Amino acid sequence: MRRHAAFNRASKLAVPVLLLLAAAIPWLTSNPYYLDIVVKVFIWTIVVNGMNIIAGYTGQLSLAHAGFFGIGAYTFGLLMTKAAMPFLPSLVIAVLVTGLVGSVAGMISLRLKGHYFAIFSLCVGVVLLLVIEKWESLTEGVRGLLGIPIPKIGSFEFASMTSQYYLMLFFLVLTMFVNHRIIHSLVGRTFIAIRHSEELAEALGINVMRNKIIAFVHSTVLAGLAGALYAGYIRFLGPDIASVEHSFDMLLYLLVGGIGTLWGPLVGTALVMILMQWLQSWQEYRMIIFGPVLVLLVLFLPYGIIGTLTRLMHKRRLGQPLTQKQAVERSVLHDQSLAGGGE
Amino acid sequence: MMLKAEKLTKRFGGNTAVHAVDFHIKQGEITAIIGPNGAGKTTFFHLISGFHKPTSGRLLLQGKDVTDKPPYTMAKMGVARTFQTTKLFAEATVIDNLIIGHRLRTKSGLWDAVMRTNRYRKEERECREKAMKALEFVGLPELADRPVASISQEAQKRVAIALALSTDPTLVLLDEPAAGINADETSGIAALIRKMKEAGLTVCIIEHKMQMIMSLADRIMVLNQGMKIAEGTPEEISRNETVIEAYLGGAHHAQTD
Repeated sequence: MRRHAAFNRASKLAVPVLLLLAAAIPWLTSNPYYLDIVVKVFIWTIVVNGMNIIAGYTGQLSLAHAGFFGIGAYTFGLLMTKAAMPFLPSLVIAVLVTGLVGSVAGMISLRLKGHYFAIFSLCVGVVLLLVIEKWESLTEGVRGLLGIPIPKIGSFEFASMTSQYYLMLFFLVLTMFVNHRIIHSLVGRTFIAIRHSEELAEALGINVMRNKIIAFVHSTVLAGLAGALYAGYIRFLGPDIASVEHSFDMLLYLLVGGIGTLWGPLVGTALVMILMQWLQSWQEYRMIIFGPVLVLLVLFLPYGIIGTLTRLMHKRRLGQPLTQKQAVERSVLHDQSLAGGGE
Repeated sequence: MMLKAEKLTKRFGGNTAVHAVDFHIKQGEITAIIGPNGAGKTTFFHLISGFHKPTSGRLLLQGKDVTDKPPYTMAKMGVARTFQTTKLFAEATVIDNLIIGHRLRTKSGLWDAVMRTNRYRKEERECREKAMKALEFVGLPELADRPVASISQEAQKRVAIALALSTDPTLVLLDEPAAGINADETSGIAALIRKMKEAGLTVCIIEHKMQMIMSLADRIMVLNQGMKIAEGTPEEISRNETVIEAYLGGAHHAQTD
């Protein structure tokens, strides 16, 4: 119990310490290369946080998220360049447009379950990519969208690396705060109940379809936000940002960090992206390292880094492992569930 | 009349699982549905809880037509159900499993959850209280913080019933609440079902354990091959020739423990 209390105190301190550390990073290094990596980690963490809500907590594996990232990015970019709108309204509209497209896509695709939904969402992602790539009169197609102005709030320009860094940090903290609140609420419990058993959730009076759509729209809103921030940071857009590979990258980050955990997206995205940068000189050969690492990870840490850690801590808090009787009961239960219900 | 089924029929392709069954559940009673394996009991349960849409026939809940209502609407209208396999979240604690049970009576959305509005706080408190009350009702308040995987099979059955109770139901449908537990534990579950009746709930139960049903039920309906072959008090059913034929004459499915 004593250790438990100490652990609680430590975890309460963890967030302020991490925040301080994050705020101090631009003071610790002035190397723009490092800052650039951290900024990109933040941007991708935001969209992976979105994917986590629908795939991790609600149990619906969406592979359309690079597409929604693209919609956010392009809506923002087009508003900034062609409509010459200011930064904040562009950002808000980009997020809303992504959420709107997300709700339509969700209402259609969430009628499917399990693998069918995953495959369909992959197709949605491809369609979104094609729209961006082929609608040349609007998006400039493969030529790319050039000359997105520097984000500006009032008279303050986010021109320096440091200012961009703090902008991304603000939105990352906001995203994680919102997700934290959602996960630890009745709404989050509803999502988890759906992931666990749709049948039981329905029997408990939960409108499963409606809640799936809410989770999906929230996740696309975060994808749109990340896309818009990306566009404001890179200030050049090509259709490849919406390509399906990026959805799989996001899934990889999520699996490495821990799907269905609050900190999983940040840890996974940071770790994989930094590792990729570190091995950059290996070019294509880095996959030789990366492949086996991934296989080992799935074998030995199936719940990802954070997922495995929380499980370990949970076990320790409960004390001893299961007694033999409990273990037997559990295996009996398992057999029964294998035998299945029905008559 | 709590629930009334009129000529309820369910066909899967060419197979008729439930054929033109007339059935009713009286307020405040314990009604049982029995029958050999494959008689269509669970399909019938799925029909009256909204999980299956009937091929034909009508379903009335307290006089209102609810024939094509989805399960979550049925739950909101006061019909709670359990499943043969309990479907609890084994890794979570008992109380965490139960809190979601009262969600259908709350209105908080995403915004309330993120902003932690007054309404949200009030509703979360209510859900927690309701969960704890239901757990006390089934007699397991001390297990609240234990993970479901670490409690006994019988306790899990009780928690599954508590989950149904936390939805504030008027009618509770129990699908084999005593399957897979021993005789002592079975009489414990029977006592719990009686307690539910005394608390004013209407109960409908599918069960194989005849002794339990005979002492518990006010009225019994017997299904065989998708059709109702008998209906009546336990005494009437135990004397009914057709029932004895179905159980003993056809296949030896009857369990008398």
